[in-house]
Amino acid sequence: MLETLIQGLLLGGLYCLFALGLSLMFGVMRLTNTAQGDFIILGAFGAIAATSWWTAHPALIGLLLLPVAFGFGYALQRYVLNGTLGKDPLPSLVVTFGLSIVIQNALLELFSADPRSIESGGLNTHSLQLGEGLAIGTLPLLIFAVAVLCTLALQLLFERTALGRAFRAVSDDKDIAELMGLDAKEVYALATAIAFIVIAIAGLFQGMRTTVSPSDGPLLLLFAFEAVIIGGMGSFWGTFVGAMVLGITQQIGFRLDPGWGIWFGHLMFLAVLVVRPQGLFPKTKA
Amino acid sequence: MSAQVLRSTRASRSALWVGVALVLVAASMPWWAESSWMREFVEIACYFIFAMMWNLLAGYGGMVSIGQQAFFGFGGYIMLLLGNYAGFNPFVAIPVAALCAALISIPVAWVAFRLQGGYFAIGTWVIAEVFRLSFANMSFVGGGSGTSLTALRGIEKATRESVTFWMALVCVVASIALVYLFLRSKQGLALLAIRDNEVAAESQGIGVQKMKLAVYVVAAFGAGLAGALYFVGNLRISPDAAFSVNWSAFAIFMVVIGGIGRIEGPIVGALVFWALNKFFSDYGTWYLLGLGLLAIVVTIYFKQGLWGWLQQRRGWALFPTQRPLVTYACDGRAATPMRAAASAICFIEIMAGSCRKKRR
Repeated sequence: MLETLIQGLLLGGLYCLFALGLSLMFGVMRLTNTAQGDFIILGAFGAIAATSWWTAHPALIGLLLLPVAFGFGYALQRYVLNGTLGKDPLPSLVVTFGLSIVIQNALLELFSADPRSIESGGLNTHSLQLGEGLAIGTLPLLIFAVAVLCTLALQLLFERTALGRAFRAVSDDKDIAELMGLDAKEVYALATAIAFIVIAIAGLFQGMRTTVSPSDGPLLLLFAFEAVIIGGMGSFWGTFVGAMVLGITQQIGFRLDPGWGIWFGHLMFLAVLVVRPQGLFPKTKA
Repeated sequence: MSAQVLRSTRASRSALWVGVALVLVAASMPWWAESSWMREFVEIACYFIFAMMWNLLAGYGGMVSIGQQAFFGFGGYIMLLLGNYAGFNPFVAIPVAALCAALISIPVAWVAFRLQGGYFAIGTWVIAEVFRLSFANMSFVGGGSGTSLTALRGIEKATRESVTFWMALVCVVASIALVYLFLRSKQGLALLAIRDNEVAAESQGIGVQKMKLAVYVVAAFGAGLAGALYFVGNLRISPDAAFSVNWSAFAIFMVVIGGIGRIEGPIVGALVFWALNKFFSDYGTWYLLGLGLLAIVVTIYFKQGLWGWLQQRRGWALFPTQRPLVTYACDGRAATPMRAAASAICFIEIMAGSCRKKRR
């Protein structure tokens, strides 16, 4: 029981990394990125491609991937997604959904449908012995720690910095924020760029922890989305807790029957939606 | 000065006759066409009906869903259950299955309507996944690997194909008629008003939530109809095929390419999709990649879609649902048509205003 709980929490750490980017982009510009999962997979394949060209430590490759992701996110928002924003959610949904299909098929063409993983130098099999009969994988623990750090960093960024103030301002009222001298398009581009850093981290860890294949994206999107809704929109710690709840629920399901894990997660999401549609920890941010 | 509301155009009247002629020619196909043509028609008919209903939901109801495959697959499975286990004739089971899809959509809406905008879209997708996983865990319908429709075994192949084809034709005509008449009715006017401005519509006394639910149920009925029909033609069902998100992806593609929020849109979109599918589907991943890119480019640069573009340039309307007000000068000559009533809200306001005047 304790082991299931710990495994669930550690899985939740990964889901939290999946979800933070979605939460950030929706929070700042009401943009639902339906290609979130595919971008995570794209990040993982980017790292796989990099390791095949250049044999360096995965951590180094990961660090080099982050600025690339930042630039990619910035350009994507600035030149593609900004044009789709507005009261009507349809254009941004169709464009990100189209991107999702483009990414899946491009990866399929480049890398084939075979599942692959990122060589992590033995990190994925290493574990820490905690008492008798209880061992925790080092990599899941590292992922969990990074998830906590990312959540904390985003929360501090929003609360303490000028950029965070700009994010909150355009989120509250874009027109007034622009009157106050903010360039909303630039702020949006920076928000997406930061979201893509978290997406790249998530992709890197997903590729190390398990295998990735080009069609995995949509399922990761659904996990990310469920974490955001369970936790309550507009708060990063809410997303973190939502991811934990989702991870534990799935782990309990997997323990009962291997075919039930994901199903249980979905049912948990629906239950929260029915009982508490505002999520567990909503932050009343307009 | 007198005024008149135009409810049809010359193009729409001739389109009706061309449509009737086309349907009659198509209905005779089992006597002269090859069976592969009919199979192709049934398949594209299912895509089309599904897209038509997605258009109603997103283009008119403002509810962008990526989860309509829930009702498509549900319709398919109910048809199969009724046929295999309840002794129904599968052809009779098609409309019954569609009704069941409409019924199940009511509790689904109760949950899904808690989300708005983009989150509604992904929420419906999760619900479709719940449907898929639930059917995959039911061993009596073959679990994850699916099962076959055995109820049609006793029927000769040629008869089966002809009847399936006629069913598909009837379903296509019926779904166009259903959507068209719905949009031209009083409820349709309310729906257009909601699309134009939800708050203003509510202030005019329109029950926005009720209307949205009605649209959701009708769209689920249509999706269930398409699903039941598709699997009568296909004879084999599996959760991954029935609840695939590709159904929604293709529907979105057709509607966006053809022009969202107009009945002609999915018709044009289905034709384009059929042609692309015929000539390029051998390219596999490149073909799908191209479809995705095309949808992105059209959404950003041609928001109106193909038909919207034609309509703007030529003023064509085969299925007029608007109610433009044309005013006439006192000597009886038609003055320039007044475009004041371009939006439904405006029209309702004018009607309300004139009623008040009459009462005085």
